[in-house]
Amino acid sequence: MSVSKEEYSNMAKRFSPSSPIISDCLKAFCIGGLICVLAELLTFFFSKTNMNEDEVKALVLVVIIALTALLTGLGIFDSLAKHAGAGTAVPITGFANSIVSPAMEFHTEGFVLGTAANMFKLAGPVIVFGCGSAVLYGLILWIFNTFRG
Amino acid sequence: MATRNGGTVILEKSVRIISNAAAVGKKEGEGPLKSEFDLVFQDDKLGQISWEKAESELLSMAVKKALANGNTENSEVDAVFSGDLLDQCIGSSFSLRGFSIPVCGLYGACSTMALSLCAASLAIETGGFRQCIAATCSHFCSAERQFRFPLEYGGQRTPTSQWTVTGAGAALLGESRNKNLPRIEKLHLGTICDLGITDANNMGAAMAPVDVKIEP
Repeated sequence: MSVSKEEYSNMAKRFSPSSPIISDCLKAFCIGGLICVLAELLTFFFSKTNMNEDEVKALVLVVIIALTALLTGLGIFDSLAKHAGAGTAVPITGFANSIVSPAMEFHTEGFVLGTAANMFKLAGPVIVFGCGSAVLYGLILWIFNTFRG
Repeated sequence: MATRNGGTVILEKSVRIISNAAAVGKKEGEGPLKSEFDLVFQDDKLGQISWEKAESELLSMAVKKALANGNTENSEVDAVFSGDLLDQCIGSSFSLRGFSIPVCGLYGACSTMALSLCAASLAIETGGFRQCIAATCSHFCSAERQFRFPLEYGGQRTPTSQWTVTGAGAALLGESRNKNLPRIEKLHLGTICDLGITDANNMGAAMAPVDVKIEP
């Protein structure tokens, strides 16, 4: 039997089951939405204290990150994320999980060369492109302001 | 002496699988082949501190069991041909260091067991080796880390993603006239067939095409 790459690719596509997109989207929407509701509730409660708006925002993020780290450590987060998909990956929960999970996984290779060296293995690209785009947009803003003024 | 017919190697000696053993993890022990396994471990870590050590332990258990099943001492085995999926084949090398048997590390990914059986039977065919062990091991958790994501990472698996076996298998090979034992008569090494599947979550499709042209 001789099959071309194109024929095989079509064959593989035809027989591979596809992801249940509608139920995946619904689950992502609901769980992601609940995380946002939790963050809103935290914002509401922290606003009652004498903290200013920036401090409240920072504290909400810290609480969500700490909660994700705790759930990852307890082995609960991935069971939730398995259903939630983008619902847990898009909020800061996904970022926190992507740092804690390799840190846990690599601790058997030592604290420095294991945990510390591999901690940003998954989050690294996000940080690189985050910082890169911040520089780019900062530059655009600077040019815009210079020529406008 | 072995002869060749097209791509097939025909062994002259009566190389047979004298005994074998399989040691597996919990999930495999619940599957349809559960009654076929010699050892099923409920704890996927086998009391070890890392998944890699657990994988090594599985192989040690399988090799020990295969030797016991064949009533064979370590000193009667001239070489172990074994491989796994980890860097520098540590699954095999660390596992077999206590056996005082020379080890030949192999890497054939999913074909490692077939490869080790080929290598071991050829070694016996030469007459320079009396008995050899062909073995392999893998562990879902160590493979996930080696090739994919950390276990606690919250990713979604696609319906086509595979599940690496947590298990080890070992077969003791030697020359035997016992017709009840399975015999390795011929070997045929396939060639690599890449039909351009690049999806790491669809390894079944990547591995399915086998470019084997067997001569009659």
